[in-house]
Amino acid sequence: MNNVFVYCELEGTTVADVSLELLTKGRKLANELGCQLEAIVAGSGLDGVEKQVLPYGVDKVHVFDAPGLFPYTTLPHASILINLFKEEKPQICLMGATVIGRDLGPRVSSALTSGLTADCTSLEIGSHEDKKAGKTYENLLYQIRPAFGGNIVATIINPEHRPQMATVREGVMKKEILDAKYQGEVIKHDVAKYVPETDYVVKVIDRHVEKAKHNLKGAPIVIAGGYGMGSKEGFDMLFELAKELHAEVGASRAAVDAGFCEHDRQIGQTGVTVRPKLYIACGISGQIQHIAGMQDAGIIISVNNDPNAPINTIADYVINGTVEEVIPKMIKYYKKNSK
Amino acid sequence: MSLRIIVLAKQVPDTRNVGKDAMKEDGTINRAALPAIFNPEDLNALEQALRLKDTHPGSTVTLLTMGPGRAAEIIREGLYRGADGGYLLTDRAFAGADTLATSYALATAVRKIGAYDVIIGGRQAIDGDTAQVGPQVAEKLGLAQITYAEEILNVDEAQKKITVKRHIDGGVETVEGPLPIVITVNGSAAPCRPRNAKLVQKYKRALGQQERPAEVPYAELYEKRPYLNIQEWSVKDVDGDTAQCGLSGSPTKVKAIQNIVFQAKESKTLTGSDADVENLIVELLANHTIG
Repeated sequence: MNNVFVYCELEGTTVADVSLELLTKGRKLANELGCQLEAIVAGSGLDGVEKQVLPYGVDKVHVFDAPGLFPYTTLPHASILINLFKEEKPQICLMGATVIGRDLGPRVSSALTSGLTADCTSLEIGSHEDKKAGKTYENLLYQIRPAFGGNIVATIINPEHRPQMATVREGVMKKEILDAKYQGEVIKHDVAKYVPETDYVVKVIDRHVEKAKHNLKGAPIVIAGGYGMGSKEGFDMLFELAKELHAEVGASRAAVDAGFCEHDRQIGQTGVTVRPKLYIACGISGQIQHIAGMQDAGIIISVNNDPNAPINTIADYVINGTVEEVIPKMIKYYKKNSK
Repeated sequence: MSLRIIVLAKQVPDTRNVGKDAMKEDGTINRAALPAIFNPEDLNALEQALRLKDTHPGSTVTLLTMGPGRAAEIIREGLYRGADGGYLLTDRAFAGADTLATSYALATAVRKIGAYDVIIGGRQAIDGDTAQVGPQVAEKLGLAQITYAEEILNVDEAQKKITVKRHIDGGVETVEGPLPIVITVNGSAAPCRPRNAKLVQKYKRALGQQERPAEVPYAELYEKRPYLNIQEWSVKDVDGDTAQCGLSGSPTKVKAIQNIVFQAKESKTLTGSDADVENLIVELLANHTIG
């Protein structure tokens, strides 16, 4: 009762990185609250799946293993969470802000009339004083996210409703094994008790999942282009520089929306979060959603012809110039000096 | 056989084009400076609905939106593109709603509309980016859901089944679900068709009650042509429970709003000159930032 729960997403029988990141964060929140961390894993053929999650400091793993639970469909997974939460009454539930988490989370929160905050960029524990009601709440989950097109950062709380639910994108939290030998309890549930047969009403008839074409998330150097690149051809220049520096190319939402770059390279709140040692922002103004996805980069270089671009305020180096002028020079002088 | 389709659509401030005057001096949002637009992904949803109407003659497309009086514009924009009608949920009691209270209001209005086979909306709205309202409406109505839809491939009216291609992380999936169902559509789906000139002529004077000035020009038209009256519904009209609407029906509360002011780091400002760029590259090579 009153514990922190993490819904673990699966591809086949492998727990997704985003879920392991949330277990790491969930462990810290549980420590702060003085409660336990529990994980939910639902899929097919899950013998031994607990070995993937226990090292992150999980005290209890709820395993739901049945043929119809993979590939994911909404209703069976929603029933598992709704019915389990009615029994266990968690205070917090975290899930990935993935296609699955964003499909499942709202469904569960609606059934339990609990609040849900999407795409949080930070989670903290804190108190809240409701002056009107003369009430003080301790140990609430602060769900922090950019809002209103990124022009503000809002801290959201759910004072009265449990569980406090939040989704977080992959890469936002750090994944860290707590103890390879961490001991936790494994509970294998009878799926039929939680999921009525009528829930298996949506059928997946065809499914193609491809491994990512690039390693943007793990790249030590990222070169990102914004709307200021002007065109798809403008991005060719960035790929050329990336080839020289052994870097990956990313893009801002504006550049992706304009069709300059593929969607899977989008960096920011609604894309990939990156932590490279070097980040070169080319023609990116620096909306907060973009900043949210790259602010932890080691060194940030901003190439922009607008000296007042917001990204310049977090950059270590600001190059005032057009991308057409500066990028070819970077390629030229890298070639000249690197040998 | 024909389909009864409800399109959920929202009028949103255009957060993609935030100008310099979008924030007031006290750090609050200057809504007047942001143009109100049809939420982009709701337009993708409208297109999927209109395509179903094209391929299943006799089908009806009904828009449902919630907002202030001026949100009647959403209904008009739908009518211009081929929708058959629409409802505007508008009441002070709806104000300040989070996604849960919004979905409660929409679900009660859907029940009021009554018969439906497909309820379709955009995946998410650009002012919140939460993607929660679709699934929550589905839950409230006890319906199955298909989110992140790219295209409706087929509807089998006899079997009451719908086949949808949808995006998943790192791939695509084709799923088959029952009717009635709730579907949310991605921005990468087919763009919405443009306004139809004839329909614009037909509906350009369509107004919601709140939009009607005291003296409407051509007042007699609104009696002769009932389709020019955009139906507005209050909480009472949809038999809603005010405790579950608006701020009081919202479990999430905003504790704090922080205006975005970036912490200035100590940064070096360079020009795009050859010397500056070369010095930077040499420096980065020297400290092994680049290899």
